[in-house]
Amino acid sequence: MTALPHSTAKKLGLVIDLDTCVGCQACVTACKGWNDAGIGLSDQDPYGADPSGTFLNRVHSYQVTVPDAPAQVVTFPRSCLHCDDAPCVTVCPTGASYKRAEDGIVLVNEDACIGCGLCAWACPYGAREMDAAQGVMKKCTLCVDRIYNETLPEEDREPACVRTCPTNARHFGDLADPDSKVSQLVAARGGYDLMPDMGTKPTNKYLPPRAKGPGTASPLAPLLDIKATGIAGWLDRMLGKI
Amino acid sequence: MNQPRVETQREVGDEVRQTTCYMCACRCGINVHMKSGKVAYIEGNRDHPINKGVLCAKGASGIMQVTAPSRLSAPLRRVGPRGSGAFEVISWEEALSTAVSWMKPLRETAPEKLAFFTGRDQSQSLTGWWAQNFGTPNYAAHGGFCSVNMAAGGIYTIGGAFWEFGQPDWERTKLFVMFGVAEDHDSNPIKIGIGKLKARGARVISVNPVRTGYSAVADDWIGITPGTDGLLILSLIHCLLEAGKVDLDYLAQWTNAPLLVNEAEGAEKGLFVKNAESQPFVIDRRSGHPAPWDGKGVQPDLGAEWQGNRTVFRHMAEEYLTPEYAPEAVASRCGVTPSRIRALAAELAEVAFDQAITLDQPWTDFRGNEHADMPGRPVSFHAMRGISAHSNGFQTARALHLLQIILGSLETPGGYRLKPPYPKPIEAHPTPHFVTTPGKPLTGPHLGYVRSPDDLCLLPDGSPARIDKAFSWENPFSAHGLMHMVIPNAHAGDPYRIDTLFLYMANMSWNSSMNSTRVMEMLTEQKDGEYVIPRIIYSDAYASEMVAYADLILPDTTYLERHDCISLLDRPISEPDAAGDAIRWPVLEPDREVRCFQSVLLDLGARLGLPGMVNEDGSPKFKDYADYIVNHQRRPGVGPLMGFRGNGEAQGRGAPNPEQMERYIENGAFYQAHVPAEASFFKPWNAAYQDWAVKLGLYESPQPYLFNIWSEPLRRFQLAAEGFGPRQPPDHLRDRLKQAMHPLPIWYAPFGDEDAAFGYPVHALTQRPMDHYHSWGSQNAWLRQIKGHNYLYLPTKIWEVQGFAEGDWARVSSRAGTIVVPVAHMAALNENTVWTWNAIGKRKGAWALDEGAPEATTGFLLNHLISELLPDRNGVRLSNSDPVTGQAAWFDQRVRVERVAAEDHVRGTVEPMFEKLPDPPREGGGPIRNGGQNSSKNFAESLRKLLRLPEGTR
Repeated sequence: MTALPHSTAKKLGLVIDLDTCVGCQACVTACKGWNDAGIGLSDQDPYGADPSGTFLNRVHSYQVTVPDAPAQVVTFPRSCLHCDDAPCVTVCPTGASYKRAEDGIVLVNEDACIGCGLCAWACPYGAREMDAAQGVMKKCTLCVDRIYNETLPEEDREPACVRTCPTNARHFGDLADPDSKVSQLVAARGGYDLMPDMGTKPTNKYLPPRAKGPGTASPLAPLLDIKATGIAGWLDRMLGKI
Repeated sequence: MNQPRVETQREVGDEVRQTTCYMCACRCGINVHMKSGKVAYIEGNRDHPINKGVLCAKGASGIMQVTAPSRLSAPLRRVGPRGSGAFEVISWEEALSTAVSWMKPLRETAPEKLAFFTGRDQSQSLTGWWAQNFGTPNYAAHGGFCSVNMAAGGIYTIGGAFWEFGQPDWERTKLFVMFGVAEDHDSNPIKIGIGKLKARGARVISVNPVRTGYSAVADDWIGITPGTDGLLILSLIHCLLEAGKVDLDYLAQWTNAPLLVNEAEGAEKGLFVKNAESQPFVIDRRSGHPAPWDGKGVQPDLGAEWQGNRTVFRHMAEEYLTPEYAPEAVASRCGVTPSRIRALAAELAEVAFDQAITLDQPWTDFRGNEHADMPGRPVSFHAMRGISAHSNGFQTARALHLLQIILGSLETPGGYRLKPPYPKPIEAHPTPHFVTTPGKPLTGPHLGYVRSPDDLCLLPDGSPARIDKAFSWENPFSAHGLMHMVIPNAHAGDPYRIDTLFLYMANMSWNSSMNSTRVMEMLTEQKDGEYVIPRIIYSDAYASEMVAYADLILPDTTYLERHDCISLLDRPISEPDAAGDAIRWPVLEPDREVRCFQSVLLDLGARLGLPGMVNEDGSPKFKDYADYIVNHQRRPGVGPLMGFRGNGEAQGRGAPNPEQMERYIENGAFYQAHVPAEASFFKPWNAAYQDWAVKLGLYESPQPYLFNIWSEPLRRFQLAAEGFGPRQPPDHLRDRLKQAMHPLPIWYAPFGDEDAAFGYPVHALTQRPMDHYHSWGSQNAWLRQIKGHNYLYLPTKIWEVQGFAEGDWARVSSRAGTIVVPVAHMAALNENTVWTWNAIGKRKGAWALDEGAPEATTGFLLNHLISELLPDRNGVRLSNSDPVTGQAAWFDQRVRVERVAAEDHVRGTVEPMFEKLPDPPREGGGPIRNGGQNSSKNFAESLRKLLRLPEGTR
């Protein structure tokens, strides 16, 4: 079994705004494209009857029925949450699955991965996918090959999903630093852990959708009783305002 | 603990090539990372005005589009029966000479026998110019089945429209309301905008029967009944007028509200009262006397009555203050309670009037009046196909513009802003041209804006001059043509027969036609040993369903292998603060026998000797499309691209610059000309904007105008229907014209509503998802994994009443047909509406998908339910379109939904199921089917090429 670091200097992670995510799947294919070019994410039967491939980030949508209000739809991006108490790491028999001490990113050392799948079984979030062609486990790397990558312009050193998100619903930063932009967002918007009862202490946070419903403007008062005055009366009153 | 070393300095590629995306019509800038000559990664271009660095799901998946096995690989000639998919590979020389041999005799004898229609494209200024020089009246792009109501309703009212004509002032708007905005139009700009609003805490409201995507994140959702948006909007106008929450100053200065409407019985009734110079005028409040509408210092009297003639404002008040528009009167029809309608009106008024903003920016209007600042009303709107794809969509679009107008928000800070070349009044647009002379070009462009019955495209006997009957009494303002009627009309010989149908990127035998089943029959029907539509030439990059129905295939390149211009003459990439245009260029060279369609078109034009496409000695004027983009001049000094003209420094106007294409590539494949700060709002009336637009070449002289609350062109058609004027409509259309061509925005029930009385009570809609575009998405290896299945979504009421359960199927019937399809429950849906994703369903054998692909087995289209014709009325069947514009009324559709027991229908196969299309020769290895009739000389060579697996296929 594999040990977790006692603590990490940083807790790099994502803050995902469920109030803003429209479910467009941009993050899904930007992730697929970047990581396919890097670590390889295979597709099986891509033009066939039952295509399936490896994706490190998927977006699902859920219907929410609300008492006395119209039903809602919430779109929910899901990827590795880079947990502090990552069960996918401790369950790994070879040490392939590990959490970095310097930044808290959970990674798979593909050279050591035997493809046993225990980590996927242990992860309560379904955030790991076995690559059928390579026989090793794949997961979100938080684009570790972007965020420190000096061959990229500085502004591009963020995960591909964050860079591409059209509604700016995805934010990247250090959640161990209370002054970071992401920590501030979490504080301001009541960001929460996904399934905290699992005890995994996820780094990634979700910002909840804001309350929905009709506005609060005061009702409009008619200028006058048009039935009584006719249009002529309305016109006099209306144009008298000029 | 020893951590493994992680590669963090990976180089994405060895080169970045910047071009323009074409995974949908959005035109985002992309960085294509190349590695060893192949595409390694695609991301958004941060400097690009459209997407500012972001990219959607489709854009990043473009890498799979350039290796798709469905790519056509060489020109093809049909050798078996049409629809059989039997083709032989031919050379480009053979293909082009065949096309010329079909087209040339037509041009010399009867140019109208060639009908040229293009689907998804961004090269209408070239294709239209080509067709004009060929001399056929039968040309249009796909706007007739897309959103011409949105375009025409806007241009006739405000000289601009929603979609790419403008956008909300994302930086300042405080309340943003969407009507009928599905997930696709537009893509990244609206997502970026919503993100900005959310970050600022601005409020977003969606009016839409379906709550997905943008509607899902909206702060409030109004699940309206389809086709009733116009009625809801007019009720909001009623509430605002009733409460006096109207911007009177805005109406008086910038709209035709103070013009006088002629009340005298006769041929002028309802037109504006004119002075001796034939100019409309206003009554000046200072003097009580007539004054010029554009006079300096004039204070127009909105309430004037002069010699018995009342202002437009008074007509408006009389129309909209009637109780028929009260919330209580419209609520049940709209499916929205009176209190919610009143609450929305109150919210609009509060933000527009109590939260008004002011920009400290002096400006001067076209009358010469100086303004110290720019007052703004921070309410903005966007609308798309949900309101426009109805038979009342033109008037609904007008109604929404009227709502923006009375709030005084259009073109003000915080409101909806137009993007160059808009604002542009109808007076600055051409009228349609159609008169054919064998061997000669048309005298002007095909498509335009009709001002009166005089501009209709009618033959001397009164019959429609165009095959699609555009600009006829059936749909006088059909500014984009009626592509959905071309095949049915040509098949019926109504108004006449054609010889050659020439289509580009239009999947007419599947998802781009109404009544697809019947259209397939029309394409294959024979008479006297010949196909009823004798010849079909088709250009597409992929093995779409339409390929099998063509006689000659001209294979196009993918978007990364071609030149294109996204031009101010066409559909540019402007922003409210900048005119913008862009290019595509081949970041990859094609590895198969395909050619950029636009280059092929220019080649054909040269072979046909078309004016403008040949030199004096008859040699081709342009080497290819890139040569045309740089060197063609539409007017002296004005060409397809505005940037880097002349010596490289000229903008807008200037001589062609041979370095222009290179300069665009260096600049990230786009160019912007920025609007000066004093010209940035109030553009239709802003002298600085008008001068800037002339300087840039958008117009030849300033074009200030008033917003048309009251539309004279509409009224002229009503007058004709009432019996006035020399050009008279057929009697069976008089009542319809009187209703639809009302000079004020009005609402009438969509024509499809009549089907409710015949047992089809439920509304049926489609929408495109954000991650697919038409048919392209579901052949994309990544995107089809995201959305490879479609279901008919049923609201809770229907789901529960019929006892539906998960995994169930339903029979869905309409007047025109029946489908049997998988269903799913959706609670966030109007209770009388069902819907599905558009164009997930594929025909077996198409798009290089396995015949067991879910798209082909359980994927389905609603198109089979939608007739292209309305029911018979006294022996006449009119098109299922808006009576004003001819826009295909897809969303008028009514159906009946019935649960189908498993015993009665084997799960796993939708109905109707069509015979598998034979696989045409294509890059992914489609077998050559020699029909046994012909064998090409170069067959063996082609076969060798075809069997080579494409590089990069996995």
